[in-house]
Amino acid sequence: MRHRKYPFIFGFLVVPVVLYIALVIWPYLQTFGYSLTDWSGASPEMNFVGLDNYVKLFGDSVFLDALQHNLLLLIVLPLVTILLALFFAFMLNVGGKGGTGGVQGVRGSAFYKVVFFFPQVLSVAILSVLFQGVYRTDQGGLLNGVLVELGIEDPNQPWQWLSDPNLGLWCVMGVLIWSGVGFYLVLFSAAMQSIPKDIYEAALLDGAKRGTTFFRITLPLLWETIQTAWVYLAIAAMDAFALVSTMTPGAYYGGGPDHHSEIMATLLMRNFVTFGKAGYACAMGVVIFFITLVLSVVSLRVTRREKIEF
Amino acid sequence: MSTNTDATTGVPAQRTGGDNKPRKPAKDQRFADGGGVLNVFSHGFLALWALLIIGPLIWIVLGSFKNNSEIGGSAWSWPSHWSFDAFGRAWDKGIGSFFVNTVIVLAGSLTLTMLLGAMAAYVLARYEFRGNKVIYYFFVAGAMFPVYLALVPLFFMVKNLGDVIPWLGLNQYVGLILVYTAYSLPFTVFFLYSFFRSLPSAVHEAAMIDGCSHSRAFFQVMVPMAKSGLISVFIFNVLGQWNQYLLPLTLMQQQTGNDPDHSMLAQGLMNLAQQSGYASDFPGLFAGMTIAMLPVLVVYLSFQRQVQAGLTSATLK
Repeated sequence: MRHRKYPFIFGFLVVPVVLYIALVIWPYLQTFGYSLTDWSGASPEMNFVGLDNYVKLFGDSVFLDALQHNLLLLIVLPLVTILLALFFAFMLNVGGKGGTGGVQGVRGSAFYKVVFFFPQVLSVAILSVLFQGVYRTDQGGLLNGVLVELGIEDPNQPWQWLSDPNLGLWCVMGVLIWSGVGFYLVLFSAAMQSIPKDIYEAALLDGAKRGTTFFRITLPLLWETIQTAWVYLAIAAMDAFALVSTMTPGAYYGGGPDHHSEIMATLLMRNFVTFGKAGYACAMGVVIFFITLVLSVVSLRVTRREKIEF
Repeated sequence: MSTNTDATTGVPAQRTGGDNKPRKPAKDQRFADGGGVLNVFSHGFLALWALLIIGPLIWIVLGSFKNNSEIGGSAWSWPSHWSFDAFGRAWDKGIGSFFVNTVIVLAGSLTLTMLLGAMAAYVLARYEFRGNKVIYYFFVAGAMFPVYLALVPLFFMVKNLGDVIPWLGLNQYVGLILVYTAYSLPFTVFFLYSFFRSLPSAVHEAAMIDGCSHSRAFFQVMVPMAKSGLISVFIFNVLGQWNQYLLPLTLMQQQTGNDPDHSMLAQGLMNLAQQSGYASDFPGLFAGMTIAMLPVLVVYLSFQRQVQAGLTSATLK
């Protein structure tokens, strides 16, 4: 039996490993190489320029703005999404009438979960087109229409949403939060339900109130899930390209008005495809790589912590 | 949806007055606040968020029945004629063929992803050999990094490959299928690896003693045992590849005027949106979105438990 083992292992691994190395690993590595050249992308001609691209990158005010926007997304998006998701998960699981050990859900919690989760399965293109309609600047836009109807907004001076320099990025963040909350709600909800009821029973016998059980029992036991969620959302925040490039104004790959909603990925695509600065674009890719690497290291540290066994 | 019966007594919970029910006094008084106020409070917020989710979606569907002046006039206008014209226009503008393109590519890439992913994960999880861990961590590393990092070289690689083997190049189904598969492998392997590790080895050993070959043991013993894990990761991949935007945007570009348009649905819809910015056929655009959303909605509603369980367990593993 032993002599047949290695041909089998080789046979099963060769195709996936070759495909993976050729189409994923090799391009990843090439990016590092190209980032050290002045390659335009259009012609095969390229010269080694050392770290020039990186030096240029950190003197490029547009790039530094984009980096700042990415960091803003990195902080705000996970924070808001997790707080909302936790709030709703708590409402769903414990918000019901006092009853079976404080883990009684509200009526129709299954219905809420189905509805809240739905945006998660929508393609990003649908989200983009949908919210272009919602954020339209005239009264035909859903958001302006609602605000006018509520008397909050003057119909003759509708808000500019995506083309307002101070609002554009926040509008995109709104879409990300809108679509993401349901997923994390379900995630937290599953984690909450796996907490044994006896822990609550014991706390209740000791006279704990609902708020106390949340902060002293639910939150600490969910901590690991919350940290995982944070890392996932941070990676999603680095990946806002599709929405920013299609929703915000700007000639190529969005980022407008006047770079106010620029993120690193939109800048990367514009430099590569439009400006023909492939080497420079690759340098941006490497910066994105290192930020993501830091996030991944953080996530590995998180998951290495010893799990609480129930 | 939820019948919400009290788990211990089997009595349906009531919204008001339940606190004083004589049959279960001790239970309901455990919380000093009884929960009545909180119940109203939570329903308020939950209903508001549900409205925020459903509202825009219904607005889009209604929009596909409106005419242009109704859409432009006010967000609150009601469609006056309820005709399906806009759906026909959207379909003719390419939504139909984008749909077919997406189905062709997904059929290929999902089959390949599941087959190759399961094979690699199985061998890595259950066989000891030199380089085992290295290959595994190689796969895991790929799951962490954003695709932008590879985009520029990937584009040229596929382009050059197309010069040698035409059906593997840009704007080709097979090329995109292979790229989708390669980029889905890291997560698939990562997820199935831990799944195959958790399966008991007794059945497998028994099969081997009975003279079963390694590959037969995989297909006839291990795969059926791993069914639930395979379903989870399959759903994850369906959604991931269906929602893929950046890869088709980069790789499925028409090379010449005669090159057939092989756009994926997401990409085609976005093109339609940009065109309709000029032609301003908003009802057609909204109809296209409705067509694109409908199958997802149907699949989601039919399998919502598996979808939710699959996606969340995928994250936690």
